[in-house]
Amino acid sequence: MSIARFWRETPRRYNLGGSKCTTCGTTYFPPRAVCPVCPVHRQSIEKMIPFQLSGEGEVLSFTIVHEAAEGFELQVPYVLALVKTVEGPVLTGQIVDAAPEAVAIGLKVRATFRKLREEGKAGVIHYGYKFTPADDPSFATSARGPPVPAPAENPPRDRARA
Amino acid sequence: MKAGIVSYGAYVPRYRITPAEIGRVWGSDGESMGEGLNVRRKSVPAPDEDTITISTEALRIALVRGAIDPQQVGAVYVGSESHPYAVKPTATVVAQAVGATPFLTAADFEFACKAGTAAIQTCLGLVGAEMIRYGVAIGTDTSQGAPGDALEYSASAGGAAFVIGQERVICQVRRTLSYTTDTPDFWRREGQKYPSHSGRFTGEPAYFRHVTECARRMMETEGTTPADYAHVVFHQPNGKFPQRVGKQLGFSDAQMRYGLVTPDIGNTYSAAALIGLANVLDRAAPHERILVVGYGSGAGSDAFDLETTDEIASFDRSHGRPVQWYLDSGTEIPYAVYAKFRGKIHMGEH
Ligand SMILES: [Zn+2]
Repeated sequence: MSIARFWRETPRRYNLGGSKCTTCGTTYFPPRAVCPVCPVHRQSIEKMIPFQLSGEGEVLSFTIVHEAAEGFELQVPYVLALVKTVEGPVLTGQIVDAAPEAVAIGLKVRATFRKLREEGKAGVIHYGYKFTPADDPSFATSARGPPVPAPAENPPRDRARA
Repeated sequence: MKAGIVSYGAYVPRYRITPAEIGRVWGSDGESMGEGLNVRRKSVPAPDEDTITISTEALRIALVRGAIDPQQVGAVYVGSESHPYAVKPTATVVAQAVGATPFLTAADFEFACKAGTAAIQTCLGLVGAEMIRYGVAIGTDTSQGAPGDALEYSASAGGAAFVIGQERVICQVRRTLSYTTDTPDFWRREGQKYPSHSGRFTGEPAYFRHVTECARRMMETEGTTPADYAHVVFHQPNGKFPQRVGKQLGFSDAQMRYGLVTPDIGNTYSAAALIGLANVLDRAAPHERILVVGYGSGAGSDAFDLETTDEIASFDRSHGRPVQWYLDSGTEIPYAVYAKFRGKIHMGEH
């Protein structure tokens, strides 16, 4: 993909910038200029507004890629998934930070910002969204931990005054 | 000072490697190496992560937590010694990725491990002068030590973003000051993949002298003693240096406890003191005084005398993960996978 084309798509690749029909409320990604849902398409033309997806969603379907696309050699095997966002649009994206066997239909994911591709060692680096498990069960999810005790041997003067 | 910390966020990549595993490959006793450095594990970025992606993740968390409209951000500065491009700013990509463009100023900062704290000082000036509403200072690194070098046991990856402003300040900056000299303790020449260091010289005349002088001057100027601070955070190239300098200055283990994160994630360079501060802010109650002393080779120290405000009691930290989560979690990988992820395996030309 050319630098110019990639650059034009920056808003949606970086920020999940889609569009929303203010008449029927349907959201689109990639953004659309006309709403195909509204009965009179023409009337929706002026009613489409930019809309940013939250990046939250769940895996609708997925495949495990063993033969890497160019630039993904270091990541095989990796998961490519269809993600149904909470706003509605379905996005295709890589699932990262999860072993392929940990990915399942219905897995809750959220968008993360990653390197998509490098144009060789000297070329431009392309960035955009991928997905990562929203609540990774393989992590020991310790909460915030105990509240900070005031240092016993040295009580801070400010607190002592308060 | 009117300007202070309005919000913050930290991000550490998922993968971890232990000193024992690194030592296994080089035929050295990695376990005692790790004990000597007080480093149990270090973080490793995935092949698709770099300073730009880590900075973006940290800043997105900070903006959501503070409910800050990215369009109100007037400056984005990213401090790092591992910017992906030699020419082309990290800060422009980060600013675009969080929706802060186009009416803002942006730049990359470089001062070894203290580029992030230097960025905070710059934001304090701009916000204090009311030239901008919010300024963003980020410290992020994905630094590497040469294979087999002592640095390989600690050099890791992570980032932290701080939003500086005057409204709804959760942590007031009472004062900041710096101590800077020309000291050749650690460097990397243009085009070199790995840094060079002057061995033992990196200790006494470099880290210890700068951190100590800077911390002492701060306490003299503010008329404080170590007992005035609930927490202290030092730059932490390993887990030992900050403990030693803290003891020398008269701080207790309890005061240093939450500011010390390197034992669990390694040395995140520009992010090290900032992730330590984020861990403190994750737990801090109102009106706790915090001393932060960063250090960057070359060399300089930036000190900050901070105090949390009543605002921190209602600050919503639910978005993103607390630093403790990154300290406790992670996926351990063997050296071969680490070498693949970090580009240490020659893949041929393509
Ligand atoms: Zn419609």
